[in-house]
Amino acid sequence: MLQTAPTSSAVPPIQAGVEPMLAIRDLHAAYGQSEVLHGLDIAVAPGEIVAVMGRNGMGKTTLMKTLMGIVPVKSGSIRVDGVEVGGLKSHQRVARGLAYVPQGRMIFSAMTVQENIETGLTVTNERRVPGELYEMFPVLLEMKGRRGGNLSGGQQQQLAIARALASRPKVLLLDEPTEGIQPSIIREMGRTLKAIRDAGGLSIVVSEQVLSFALDVADRVLVIENGAIVHEAARAEIDEAQVARFLSV
Amino acid sequence: MLGDYSLTDLSSIFVMQGFAGLILFSVYTLMALGLAIIFGQMGVINMAHGEFMILGAYMTYLCSGFFQTHLPALFPAYFFVAMALAFLASGALGMLVEWALIRHLYKRPLDTLLATWGLSLILQQAYRTIFGPREVGVELPAWLIGSVQVTDTIEIPINGMFVMAVTLLITAGVALLMYRSRFGAQVRAVVQNRPMAGAVGIDTEKVDRLTFGLGCGIAGIAGSAFTMVGSTGPTSGQLYIVDTFLIVVFGGAASLLGTIASAFSISQTQSTLEFFLSGSTAKVITLLSVVGILMLRPQGLFTLKVRR
Repeated sequence: MLQTAPTSSAVPPIQAGVEPMLAIRDLHAAYGQSEVLHGLDIAVAPGEIVAVMGRNGMGKTTLMKTLMGIVPVKSGSIRVDGVEVGGLKSHQRVARGLAYVPQGRMIFSAMTVQENIETGLTVTNERRVPGELYEMFPVLLEMKGRRGGNLSGGQQQQLAIARALASRPKVLLLDEPTEGIQPSIIREMGRTLKAIRDAGGLSIVVSEQVLSFALDVADRVLVIENGAIVHEAARAEIDEAQVARFLSV
Repeated sequence: MLGDYSLTDLSSIFVMQGFAGLILFSVYTLMALGLAIIFGQMGVINMAHGEFMILGAYMTYLCSGFFQTHLPALFPAYFFVAMALAFLASGALGMLVEWALIRHLYKRPLDTLLATWGLSLILQQAYRTIFGPREVGVELPAWLIGSVQVTDTIEIPINGMFVMAVTLLITAGVALLMYRSRFGAQVRAVVQNRPMAGAVGIDTEKVDRLTFGLGCGIAGIAGSAFTMVGSTGPTSGQLYIVDTFLIVVFGGAASLLGTIASAFSISQTQSTLEFFLSGSTAKVITLLSVVGILMLRPQGLFTLKVRR
């Protein structure tokens, strides 16, 4: 059964009795006067992977940036594990449990791989990179003395994920992680994301244009169009053809 | 030009002028270090950098007077207190200026240039009002006066060696701080990508303020060292600001090593040429060669090779 959620609906359906890890209510965000997000309601359960799909310019990146505090919230609420973060600065949101892997990866290119991961330790007050991060991404251990900018795209993506995980987040946000990455590594990344979820029990929100990747990793798929959620389906009951229609240009 | 001197005279001249150049190099390096952090790392054009240096010089002057009248027993050691005070005073003023002025202008570099230019005029006038328009000198403790006789014709001044030792220490300290400490890594992350640094959990506003304060504080130490080689007046900072920017740009904006190499080459050229030609001709030749080299290598002497 497909449910096409109207934009005005209250909290989207998740399992009863489970407090959402990330709860977004009636979120509006704007660049200056031009409003881009028109009242989003999204709830993500602990340990759930949600894919936000949509064409270019529909508000996926703006949603991510608004959640991270890079684009200001105009109105509405963002709660992480019950704590309101909507008015906080980026670094305070990281301390409350949000972590971010941006589009284009945005690693610190002039710094070494190890230093890049260490920047993520700022809010945890740990001194050393946790061993399990290097176990998860062995290639980063091999390259830890190299400058981030000299890594390949796939390696940079792993670095950006490791840097985000270093802050021990409750919710991991990934903005188009498959962009510019070769297919074999995309499959590998899907496995990694599920492994991260299974190991740490954290919730993951991933924005995507690649339907196959979203179907591979996500428990639930949302479609965003013109700054509003227009379609929502759990993976088991998803209608690929209908989602694909939303994505076709 | 060279014909009037014998070979030994010439070599002595080169050694002593080389050493004078080394002292100039030390002061340049100290000044340029602060600017390399503020301009090279943060990208802020701070035209008031010379005035932060002069604040350090005035702190040293005050300290010297205070120790002479109240604590004559400790006078030989006052210079260390003076340098610490100079660092703190300039650093504190720097953090205040960052909070009040600079942080609003990170996205408008040209406005920063005007604003800090205005700040430099304000500070100059403040110095003139507080300390008077006349240049002041600092009384050096006895152990810093005099020189070491190396050979019959070569003399090396002690205060010069002291300035060099201070420079070496501060430079090593800054290098350690920037490349080996967590704070340094945070500074580099913030300057490379401010929004992203915030999104990995770094308090960018705090880092910006401390970085700017650090750069100004180092300028204060430079001013303190500067009192040993020159006298201090309200506008003395202006004389050095252009040279300092020249050094940072010539060295390659984001590289500490480049800053040091360029301070060395510029000060050595300057002081060796100054002995044989007039001061202004020496400056012209130095500037022309710098301009020539920058036309061939606009990115400066040293750059990082990474994919952006």
